[in-house]
Amino acid sequence: MPRIGLNEVMETNEMIEREHLDVRTITLGINLMDCCDSNLGRLKTNVKKKVVSKGRDLVSVGDQIGMEFGIPIVNKRVSVTPIAMVGASACRTPADFVELAVALDEAAEEIGVNFIGGYSALVMKGAGRADALLMDSIPEALSSTERVCSSVGLASTKAGINMDAVLSMGRKITELSELTGDRDSVGCAKLVVFCNPPDDNPFMAGAFHGVTEADSVINVGVSGPGVVKTAVSKVPGESFEVLCETIKKTAFKVTRAGQLVAKEASRRLGVPFGILDLSLAPTPAVGDSIADILKEMGLEHAGAPGSTAALAILNDQVKKGGVMASSYVGGLSGAFIPVSEDRGMVAAVEAGALTLEKLEAMTSVCSVGLDMIAIPGDTSPETISGIIADEMAIGMVNNKTTAVRVVPVHGKGVGDMAEFGGLLGGSPVMAVNAFDCGGFVRRGGRIPAPIHSFRN
Amino acid sequence: MKRTIVTLVGKDMVGIIARVCTYFADNGINILDIAQTTVQEYINMMMIVDTSTYTGDFATLSAELDAVGRELGCVIKAQQEEIFNMMHRI
Repeated sequence: MPRIGLNEVMETNEMIEREHLDVRTITLGINLMDCCDSNLGRLKTNVKKKVVSKGRDLVSVGDQIGMEFGIPIVNKRVSVTPIAMVGASACRTPADFVELAVALDEAAEEIGVNFIGGYSALVMKGAGRADALLMDSIPEALSSTERVCSSVGLASTKAGINMDAVLSMGRKITELSELTGDRDSVGCAKLVVFCNPPDDNPFMAGAFHGVTEADSVINVGVSGPGVVKTAVSKVPGESFEVLCETIKKTAFKVTRAGQLVAKEASRRLGVPFGILDLSLAPTPAVGDSIADILKEMGLEHAGAPGSTAALAILNDQVKKGGVMASSYVGGLSGAFIPVSEDRGMVAAVEAGALTLEKLEAMTSVCSVGLDMIAIPGDTSPETISGIIADEMAIGMVNNKTTAVRVVPVHGKGVGDMAEFGGLLGGSPVMAVNAFDCGGFVRRGGRIPAPIHSFRN
Repeated sequence: MKRTIVTLVGKDMVGIIARVCTYFADNGINILDIAQTTVQEYINMMMIVDTSTYTGDFATLSAELDAVGRELGCVIKAQQEEIFNMMHRI
């Protein structure tokens, strides 16, 4: 193998220093099923003990790897078995689940991770008693903890859409918005609802340790919108073939860095390597934006006609480049299109180029869904449920993961700025179609799973 | 052999490379390769060094090189070679 040359070293370090190449997260998945107990006190003790003993070295090992390879590892996080299952025999009221959320929060604080995911229920076909209690407890649990993230699986291609749960989650999002109304309803940023949620997603707020996973596992999320943007800016006016090749090659390099970090973290922590998530995840930093990549591809703003096609290209080429770079790819893998976390998206909203409806169309080709979108605080719970139902339908019919993480900003209306802080960023409140959908979402029951033939 | 890539970026002046090489000589680190470019008055240098005979840990090496860099008004960074191999070699 020829020795590494000066240009290659400079290219890598340029990506890290100027183009925000980083490993977005090392997420340690921990199975909590062996903590189960019918006594809530004992369950909380068991959960804390297991999270702390498994995750004790996560932050120091992550920092050490980052230092040795010279690549920032932004977040170190933990995901756990969906808590509705873990707490099923001990929790008899929503308040019992809140106590469990507090225990998770304390464990996360003790090991120094900034988020712990898995305050979750999977109710695609129906909600059990514990699932319903957990869903009821979400507003209180997320407003009384700092680090706990919650996700609820509402739909899947195989099971259809649980519309009772969709209606319920519309109300819970509204309650959570009110409970954290003094901080621009930031609690809603820690809650996401899914269609086809992956078991091995390392990204928050939707990470949980799926029941199909081993006792503990390391999943790593890479990033690098800035790197892709710079690469695309070097091929202006070139054909789609050149554009695709450029994105693919860049995605390969970015993913290889993630693969190295994942293998090292797995080795040093003595925890098996699960998957690498190839997601391009933006941050509010200048130049670390998915919208800026779409602009480099030739659009005046994200949201202009052509945006869905451009995003489809980006998503697919990231996967094609990344898949060759890692033996195990999973999670959400693709391009995230959050609004508040992406300066370019915020600029597109301010310019009037990007609407909620266009974002919905774009989610049919991106890796997740409607993400970090500030909507008016007086949006009715039924309307939120309608937005969720539409997004779940896109995922269900197209056999892909979709999600909704909207923030009804308490006391604010269209055009007002909402600030969520840190990596969550801030965004103007976006308009929501005001026509009523209550009669539809209140029907009750399930939307049946789609037919898997006659695909048109 | 444990290879580490050391990069230096900063304003060029007499004795920069000598100072870095002295540090390596004093700490039992063998230099395997050096490459550099200068653009106007700025220098961009890379060294591949063998740290298998170095007795300290990576954090110490990194901190000491950082201190040498500050003394010279440059930024010196040490990184394990694997990240470059992973990104630039199939």
